[in-house]
Amino acid sequence: MHGRPRKAPKPEDEAASSAKAQKLRALQTQFFSFHHNKIYTKEAVELSAKLLEINPESYTAWNYRKLAVEHYLNLPDCNPDSIKSVLDDELRVVENALRQNFKSYGAWHHRKWVLSKGHSSIDNELRLLDKFQKADSRNFHAWNYRRFVAESMKRSEQDELKYTEDMIYANFSNYSAWHNRSVLLSALFDKKAEGFLLKEKVLPEEYEFIHQAIFTDPDDQSGWFYHLWLLDQTVTTDSPLLASSWPGHGSDVLLVGDRCYNGSAFSPFSALHSDSGSFPIVLYFNQPVRGVNSSTVTVECGFNKNEDLLWKPLSASNSQTARVWVAHLKVPSSDLHSTVEVSVGHTKGIISTRGFEYSHPSMLSFKVHVQPMERDSSQVSVAESISLREENFKVYGKQSEESIIDSFDQLIIKNGRETTASNWRFEALAKEIECFRELLSLVDCKIGKLTLARLLKAYDAMSYPFANKLVHSEEVLELYSDLMKLDRTHYQFYKDERSIVLLQKYKDSVSSAICGPICLRLNNLSLSRMGAFEKLLWVEMLDLSHNELQSIEGLEAMQLLSCLSLRNNKLRSLTALEPLRKLKLLRILDISYNQIGDHSIDTTRYVCSSPLSHSVGSELNRDETVTSDVALINNWEAFYIFKDFNLNQLDIVGNTIADEKFKSVLVKIMPKLKQLDGKLLD
Amino acid sequence: MDDIPPYPPIDPTTFDLIVIGTGLPESIIAAASSTASKSVLHLDPNPFYGSHFSSLPLADLPSFLSSHSTSPSPPRSPSSDDPNEFSLLEFATRPLYSSIDISTFSPNLLDQHSRKFNLDVAGPRVFFCAEKSIELLLRTGTNQYMEFKSVDATFVGDNKGNLWSVPDSRAAIFKDKSLGLVEKNKLMRFFKLVQGHLAGEQDIKISEEDLQSPFVDFLNKMGLPPKIKSFILYAIAMADYDQEDTGVCRDLLKTKDGIDQLALYNASIGRFQNASGAFLYPIYGQGELSQAFCRRAAVKGCLYVLRMPVTALLVDKDTGCYKGVRLASGQDIFSQKLILDPTFKVTLPSGSSPPLPLKEKLPFFSLKDDKGKIARGICITKTSLKPDISNFLVVYPPRSLFPEQVTSIRLLQIASNLAVCLPGMFVLYISALCNDDDQGKKLIHAVMNTLLTVPLDSESNAAVQSETAENGSAVQDETSESSSGGPSDSGEEKPTLLWSALYSQELTLGQVDFICSTPMPDGKLNYNDLIDTTFKIFQEIYPGEEFFPETSLENPEGDGDASPET
Repeated sequence: MHGRPRKAPKPEDEAASSAKAQKLRALQTQFFSFHHNKIYTKEAVELSAKLLEINPESYTAWNYRKLAVEHYLNLPDCNPDSIKSVLDDELRVVENALRQNFKSYGAWHHRKWVLSKGHSSIDNELRLLDKFQKADSRNFHAWNYRRFVAESMKRSEQDELKYTEDMIYANFSNYSAWHNRSVLLSALFDKKAEGFLLKEKVLPEEYEFIHQAIFTDPDDQSGWFYHLWLLDQTVTTDSPLLASSWPGHGSDVLLVGDRCYNGSAFSPFSALHSDSGSFPIVLYFNQPVRGVNSSTVTVECGFNKNEDLLWKPLSASNSQTARVWVAHLKVPSSDLHSTVEVSVGHTKGIISTRGFEYSHPSMLSFKVHVQPMERDSSQVSVAESISLREENFKVYGKQSEESIIDSFDQLIIKNGRETTASNWRFEALAKEIECFRELLSLVDCKIGKLTLARLLKAYDAMSYPFANKLVHSEEVLELYSDLMKLDRTHYQFYKDERSIVLLQKYKDSVSSAICGPICLRLNNLSLSRMGAFEKLLWVEMLDLSHNELQSIEGLEAMQLLSCLSLRNNKLRSLTALEPLRKLKLLRILDISYNQIGDHSIDTTRYVCSSPLSHSVGSELNRDETVTSDVALINNWEAFYIFKDFNLNQLDIVGNTIADEKFKSVLVKIMPKLKQLDGKLLD
Repeated sequence: MDDIPPYPPIDPTTFDLIVIGTGLPESIIAAASSTASKSVLHLDPNPFYGSHFSSLPLADLPSFLSSHSTSPSPPRSPSSDDPNEFSLLEFATRPLYSSIDISTFSPNLLDQHSRKFNLDVAGPRVFFCAEKSIELLLRTGTNQYMEFKSVDATFVGDNKGNLWSVPDSRAAIFKDKSLGLVEKNKLMRFFKLVQGHLAGEQDIKISEEDLQSPFVDFLNKMGLPPKIKSFILYAIAMADYDQEDTGVCRDLLKTKDGIDQLALYNASIGRFQNASGAFLYPIYGQGELSQAFCRRAAVKGCLYVLRMPVTALLVDKDTGCYKGVRLASGQDIFSQKLILDPTFKVTLPSGSSPPLPLKEKLPFFSLKDDKGKIARGICITKTSLKPDISNFLVVYPPRSLFPEQVTSIRLLQIASNLAVCLPGMFVLYISALCNDDDQGKKLIHAVMNTLLTVPLDSESNAAVQSETAENGSAVQDETSESSSGGPSDSGEEKPTLLWSALYSQELTLGQVDFICSTPMPDGKLNYNDLIDTTFKIFQEIYPGEEFFPETSLENPEGDGDASPET
């Protein structure tokens, strides 16, 4: 079971085991012959029982028994008594098999199958379970089966909750029991069962409960997992919320054909250079949602029909669920001053992955000003076009820092109703913070530090729209730095987490480095991961050079990006660039001096939840032109990533992959490319 | 004991060993010696097994106590020298119990059912699941004669009548409602340190310097708060004296010993699957233990004669060496070795000076009693001290009840499911070490007053034995005074006292010579020290013999399953 050292087998054990194998082999041969010939005589069925008693892992034997049961149940002389005796036999076989190995997947599954036939009494099952759960209180098979039994018996969640409590009191090092508790509480919350209507009443008690475990033995991990679940319950609002948008509410958007908008009276945060005749509306939710479409989100403006708008999810996978949704409004080329009103969620249909309805209808309105182009866009020469030169990051002197911060906040959706409801969440977090500071004063504990960092971050995130400063960022940074030293195995994880905090902190102070086309410089910060995208929707030029980024997941939300530098990072594969495919305005990209091509195996592919959900390559076979070109077949990833880019300028030098041959492929894929690694193309 | 039946003659008349008294040490020695193929005669003047370790019916307890409370009767006129070569040294009983005070508040109920009670003379006592006596029971197969149940919990009491559960394990610390989070963390870390130390883990060794220092200092060094210190010292390590007052402390625990106690406690928890706590209690009372070893001895050929007083010691006239004993029946029985119950004392013939060789041996005949006394109390109630739980231990650490309390007081509640009393009733055993009877009474009364309601219409005077009437009335005043002192502070209904027996017992050590006497029940909660002493006595009398060799195991069950009944 648990905590028992493995012993080397003694010679006599080995002899016994080979004797067992001998016996098994004989049984198995005979069994297979029965199975293949569909023989379900009493003798044959008994043989399978014998086989399963010795080896409960024989899945084929379980399936054979299922077929045998079906065979008997379909006999013409079948009556309720005979059904019962057939099924009782099955239960007995399962019980014997479980006695042999109570962690046999096949056996537990077979029992479920028998019971779901509906002819057997379920009452006996709890007694059986008690026996198995006493033998090993953490056996997750038993817990799993228990959920099935409890559901079949219509045993109340409250009773089962009490059961988990008893088990936890007996020994709190029990992941299964804590997990079942979280499952049961979730069900009770969903049902809005009596006494479980208000999370703010239930969660504090659960926190109190888990504190007993964590303080008694901080080295035991099971409690920490439950605490993490509680934290999630505290932080995550049930119904999804709109976190930010572009354009922000009340903002003025100036659309210009080129970049000559000097002297304009508008805030630079809302001026956008657009040569595609359209501009994006970006909605950023606090959790992934589905169902964003022209009926759940309506856009009223003089120059587009709401029904024509196509809302697209921005996510790495092909799923129809995403935190960020985008639609493009077409703009007329003539002078235009118009107000656009976006209403989100006035009609039901936006639903979070956890099944909660978006329930805070909100309205955004902003003004759009279109300036006709003064020059033909084709005349803009590449040499003149923007690049990440130092002068682009001049201090934006005209506006005081304070008003810039105000402008940031325009992007944040404030929702009064949720604020009052959130008070208990604040209180709960504050209490937890205090509690874990105390724990850390007693013991040096890695997971305690991580938890405190998570708590502080959650607290800051929750208070962000209301308090302009992230009060705990220094403390969080220090905790992660500590952890990076203490726990080398998880160094990268802590570094990633730290990067996001660092980013938030810099973002607060970086506003002075903005000018012209809206630029954000976040270079040389040792960032290993990007975050806080919901606050960066306005950025057109982003300098992330000289960091340690391995992934740019989430960057697809920054729909206004036209110029991006990822120079000198640690990107390891072309597929890591996938978020960029969604950036329709991106013209200039610098990915030089990364590690693309260093590693023959692209690990990003293993990160996606399912090979089917990952989109890389899925559209490839349909494209006949590709398969005809040998060079492209060999570089199908490059083709897939770059074919949708509208790049004018690309820097890829300093990557293993970027040899001359590869560059020629790139030129083929991107006929519009004007400049590659600083060289003008014909 | 008054109407001793005519004595049948004992045959044979010569044994390797005669053991007088069937208390635990005597019984174990009888069993061990029989196992070592010695011929053993085991005698007891009482009609029951166990002597000072017995469990007695309610009516028999007072008479047993009072029969051992009288001063030795003046030796009968030295018997005229026998015609043979022996001189006779008369036995006298020594007073082992004093200040006996029996109070009955419900005479009818109890008198009718006296036999339904099995009251331990040497209570409170429990078995630690991992203690030596359990090992001995398992090793010798004696466990087949006994059944146990688990003692469910340990509490620490205060002067308000509250009982705080002792967080003695990881699960108990987790579950505890009275400890703060920081306290839980500190206590668990301390337990882990001890466990790591015991497991021999390299990085968590307790230094030799710490091991030699007082345990209380070590606990302070670990930063444990007073409440937890008290739990560890008195409710887990079971220290008797106030460890923080070196002036009164007679048993200052070293860290080493404290850790050993913790190890014993820790090994006891969870040793048997169906025992939830650290302790066991035998069904029918602690007297079963002595009796079980007697049965074990009988299986090995030991001869038993109960109701057989011995009157005198036979010594060689010339050498003064022990030869045998004279029984009340007048029969003389001879043996090489003799083991004596602490009750017996050898008196010298007055006037005559003993033979020289005997004189030299004399200092060994007298029993040491320099260990003070132990006050014991037995109370019977109709309600449990704590609802929903029937068998448990309560410890009152020094100074917890009153400032002058220098020793811890222990209380064990045992319910009728252990067949010690009438169904629905509870027996409370209380004990505390003391210097004298008055101090002892005060300690026992302090607990009783905190936990029990003592009825005013006491009929105790009627029941009190005549020889202790003086003490009885004194106590009577005290109890009525306290019960009029007001209701309990906790506001809950306190159990009402139905019957009580209070007494002080002498603490005597065993003596080892060619005649050996065994110790009285000690002041400990378990049998560990008594087993040690018994083992030493056995080694002295049979230096070459193994104490229950492994091969002697012939338990038919064989697997040594001592799990208590569920």
